[in-house]
Amino acid sequence: MVASPIHNVHKQVFAVNPTDIKNPEYFHKVVDCQYACPAHTPVPEYIRLIAAGRYDDAYMVNWESNVFPGILGRTCDRPCEPACRRGRIAKGEEPVAICRLKRVAADNKTDIRARLPEIPELKNGKRIALIGAGPASLTVARDLMPLGYSIDMYDNQFAGGGMMRSQIPSFRLPASVLDEEVGYILDTGVVTHFNTEVTSLRSIIDKQYDAVFVGTGAPRGRGLNLPGLEEAGKRVHIGIDWLSSVAFEHTSAIGKRVLVLGGGNTAMDCCRTSRRLGGEDVRVVVRSPFADMKASPWEKEDAMHEGIPIYDNHVPKEFVVENGVLKGMHFEKVEAQYDESGKRSLVPTGEDLVFMEADDVLMAIGQDNAFPWVERDVGVEFDKWDMPVVDKATYQSTNPLVFFGGDAAFGPENVITAVAHGHQAAISIDLHCREKSVSERPAPFTNLVSQKMGIHEWSYDNRVENDKRFVVPMAPLEKTLRDRKLEVELGFDLDIGFKEAERCLNCDVQTVFDTPRCIECDACVDICPTDCISFVDNAEEEVLRTRLTAVAGNLAQDLYVSTDLPTRRVMVKDEDVCLHCGLCAERCPTSAWDMQKFLYSVTKAGQ
Amino acid sequence: MSYQLPKFRHPDLPVNALGYTRAEYEGAISTLCAGCGHDSISGAIVRACHELALEPHKIAKLSGIGCSSKAPTYFLGKSHGFNSVHGRMPSVVSGANMANRDLLYLGVSGDGDTASIGMGQFAHAVRRNLNMVYIVMNNGCYGLTKGQDSATADAGSASKKGDPNPFSAIDLPGLALQLGATFVARSFSGDKGQLVPLIKAAISHRGFALIDVISPCVTFNNNPGSTKSYDFVREHAEATGTVDFVPMREEITASYAAGRTQDVTLHDGSVLHLEKLAPDLDPFDRVSAMVALQNHTALGQILTGLIYMDKDSRDLHDVMETSRRPLNSLVEEDLCPGDKVLANINASLR
Repeated sequence: MVASPIHNVHKQVFAVNPTDIKNPEYFHKVVDCQYACPAHTPVPEYIRLIAAGRYDDAYMVNWESNVFPGILGRTCDRPCEPACRRGRIAKGEEPVAICRLKRVAADNKTDIRARLPEIPELKNGKRIALIGAGPASLTVARDLMPLGYSIDMYDNQFAGGGMMRSQIPSFRLPASVLDEEVGYILDTGVVTHFNTEVTSLRSIIDKQYDAVFVGTGAPRGRGLNLPGLEEAGKRVHIGIDWLSSVAFEHTSAIGKRVLVLGGGNTAMDCCRTSRRLGGEDVRVVVRSPFADMKASPWEKEDAMHEGIPIYDNHVPKEFVVENGVLKGMHFEKVEAQYDESGKRSLVPTGEDLVFMEADDVLMAIGQDNAFPWVERDVGVEFDKWDMPVVDKATYQSTNPLVFFGGDAAFGPENVITAVAHGHQAAISIDLHCREKSVSERPAPFTNLVSQKMGIHEWSYDNRVENDKRFVVPMAPLEKTLRDRKLEVELGFDLDIGFKEAERCLNCDVQTVFDTPRCIECDACVDICPTDCISFVDNAEEEVLRTRLTAVAGNLAQDLYVSTDLPTRRVMVKDEDVCLHCGLCAERCPTSAWDMQKFLYSVTKAGQ
Repeated sequence: MSYQLPKFRHPDLPVNALGYTRAEYEGAISTLCAGCGHDSISGAIVRACHELALEPHKIAKLSGIGCSSKAPTYFLGKSHGFNSVHGRMPSVVSGANMANRDLLYLGVSGDGDTASIGMGQFAHAVRRNLNMVYIVMNNGCYGLTKGQDSATADAGSASKKGDPNPFSAIDLPGLALQLGATFVARSFSGDKGQLVPLIKAAISHRGFALIDVISPCVTFNNNPGSTKSYDFVREHAEATGTVDFVPMREEITASYAAGRTQDVTLHDGSVLHLEKLAPDLDPFDRVSAMVALQNHTALGQILTGLIYMDKDSRDLHDVMETSRRPLNSLVEEDLCPGDKVLANINASLR
C-alpha cells in the first residue's frame, strides 16, 4: 500500500536529481521524431505548417534542415517513423506518415527560389573541392556557398545527385524532382566538373584548395563468387551497377526469369526495376528470415504488391549453366537459430537443394567503400578495414585539409545521414578556413515559448485526432509496370494530407513544470488521459519508475523529475506516452504546468 | 481551441477481475474550476470502484445541488445517476434503496447540501443506518454562488473575499457519531493514498458510511486565513492511522510491523487493515471516537482517517426485515400469494 504521503517521514537515501530542462537535449529527446532524425529536422513544426496550408513555409523548414525535401519525401529511410510517439500510444496505432507529409509540402509549394539564401558576389577567397556530387557534397555546397566560398564539384556522372540519380529508380524518384532540388544548389554558382573521374586525391590537393571534401559514397557492389559464376558470364549482374546502367539508359531489358539475391533496399529496387524491364517471374531470394531483412518494411510491401515473391532462408550455392547458358541457381534451405546472446546462425535444414530457374541474376548483397584513387601517402590515414580514419564529430581526416562525409566516411547509410554529415563537415571546413579549432562545435539554437492564448485556448491544435494512419494512394499496377519512369506513389492529396498532419501529437509543445507554483492539488494527475504524471516520494530511478501511477517501463524514455515539493514529494512525469494534449496545463489552477513550444535547430556553418 | 478528453489511455493500464481498465469507470471531462478538490475525489472514486472490480451497472450515484453534486457527471459514466433536489438526496436514496437493495448507493453531497438545506434529511438517513456511502465534498463555502461561508466553515476562517466567519462550525463526523452512524471517516482530497482505501472500506461496510472529505475550493477558499486550504489542511491534518483495504478475493500479502495494527473483517469478507497512529483513539468505540474528535479540534488539528466503525452494524433492511429481492423482480405470485396464505396469517392473529 502507498502510505499517506503527508505523514511519511522515512529517509530518502537515493533519489533522482531534478531534471535540468535548460539542457537543450532534454526537450529535444522528447521530440522523438526530430531526435531520431540524423539531421534533426523539426518535424512537428513543419507538420503544423502543412496543416495550416503553409506549404512554402513547411518546405523551407525542411530545406534548411535536410536540403532535399522532395527527394526525401519519397525515398527517406524514415528513422523518424519508428520513433514516432503516435506509434506507442495504443496497440495497433501506427506512426504519423512523416515522410509522405514532407512530400505534401514539396508537391504543393509555389516557387520558393526567392527564399533561397543570397550568394555574395564578393567571394571570401577560399576555394573548396568537393569530390562526388551526391547528397553529402551537395549539402556542403549548400551551406558554404552563402558564406562566400568558391566551390569546385567533381563527379564521374553527367549530372549531380550521386546515388540518388544512379541507384534510386525513377518510379520512386522522378528525375524532375531530383533535378529541381539538385538545381537549387548547383545554381548558386558551384563550378561543376561532371563526367570527370577523380583518379588521384593528390592531384586535387595539388590544386591548392583550402579544403577538400570527399563524398564519393560506397560505390563498389559486392558479388558472390559461387561455382558457375564465370560460365554464367554476362547474365549475372552487380545490383547497383545494373541499376545505374538502367538509370543512364545503357540497359533497357532483362530476361523473363530474374533472381535477385539480397534483402536490402537495393534488392527491392532491383526486383521492381526488373519487373518493368521485361521480367515476368521475378523473385527475391534472401539468406535471412523475412523479418530480419534489411529492407524497409514498406519497400518489401511495395515489391510484393508488384507480384514479386520473397523467398527467405535460402542460401545461394551455385549457378547452374548448361551449354554456356545460365539456367538458374541452386539454393540451400536454412533456418535461423539464435544463441543466448541473440547472435544468429543460419543452420541448413538438410533438405535437398532448391533449384530456381533464371535468365538473369542480380546480386544486391551489400556495398563497400573503395578508395583506390586516394594515395596512401597524402596524409590520410586508413584503418585495418582500409577505411579512412575520420573524426566522428568533425568529419576531418588525419590530413587536416581533407574531410569525409556520407557513405564515404563510415560506410553505407542513407541520404538523410549523408545530409547530416554534410552539415557538420561544412561547419568544420568553415572553422578550418577561418583558422579556428574544428573541435569547438557550435551549440544548437533553441527556443521555448508558451502557447497559452487564454482559457481553453492554445496556439497549437491540442486536440488529439483518432484517425488511423492514412494509406498513400498508388498508380495502378498495369500502368506502372509498363513504364519504368512512372512514379508509383501518388502522394497524399491536400485533404488526406491535412488529416494525416492532424494525427501529429505536437511533441515539440512541451509540458513545462514550474515547481514553486504547484499546490499539489492533483488536478493534473486526475486529468492526464495517459497517466503520465505522478506525485511520489523520490527514489533511485529503478524504484521511482515502479512507483508511478503507470509503471514507466520504457527505459528509452526519460522521466521529468521536479525539485522537492512542500510535502517532500516530487512531481515525476513519464514522457513515454504523453499526448501533449495540454490538459495538465488546462486543469492546473496555478499555471505550474504550461505548454511551451520548443524549437531545436542544429546550428549550421557560419551561423 | 479544444477542451476534450482524448480517447487514448495508457496502453498498459491494468485490468481488474472484470477485464475493465480504469477508463471504463471514468465520466465526462470535468467543468469544475481547475484544481478543484472535487475532481480528485472523483478520481479516487474511479480508482476505488475499478480496484474493487464493481460492475458499473450495479452502482447508483446520487447527489443534490452544488459544485459537489455536479461531480457525479465526472465519474462512473456507465452507472445509474440521479441529480436530485437541493438537500434531498438522502430521501431519493432511501426510496431507491428500499426498492432495490442490490445496487451500491453512492451519495455525493457538499457542505451546503448536507449541513444547511439537507441537514434534516442527512440526520435521518444516518439514524436509520441506510446502506449507502455518503461522501461530503466539504470545502467550507458555497462555491457555486461565489464563495459565501457555509455551515462547515470553521469559526475565524476567512474565505478569499470574506471576513473571518463569526459562527461555530458544524462538524459532520461529530454529528454523525452522535446520530448513531456506523462508519465515520474523514479524509482530504489531496491524499488519495488515504482516501481510496477509505472509499473501498465504506463501500464494503453494511450501513451508513460517511466520508467527510475536505476538498479545497481553489477559487474562493484556498487563501491564507482559510482552514480549508490545501496548505492549511496539509499542515494540520493528523491521521488516526493508515488504512489498507484487502478485498475478499485477495490474500493479505503485505507484512506489517507488529504492535499497533489490527485486521477487521467486513461483512462481505474483505479485510480492513488498520495501523494506528493516534494513541488516544479506539475506532471501534463510539465514545473514544467522539473524545478523539473533540480533543483534536481543541488542539486545532484535523483528525483524518477512519474515525469510527461498528463491526456489527445492522442496516435499515436488516432492521425492517424487508424483501431480499428487488421489488421490480417480484411477480404476482410473490405479491399475491393467495387465499391460503392470507388464511394462515389471519389464523395466526386470532
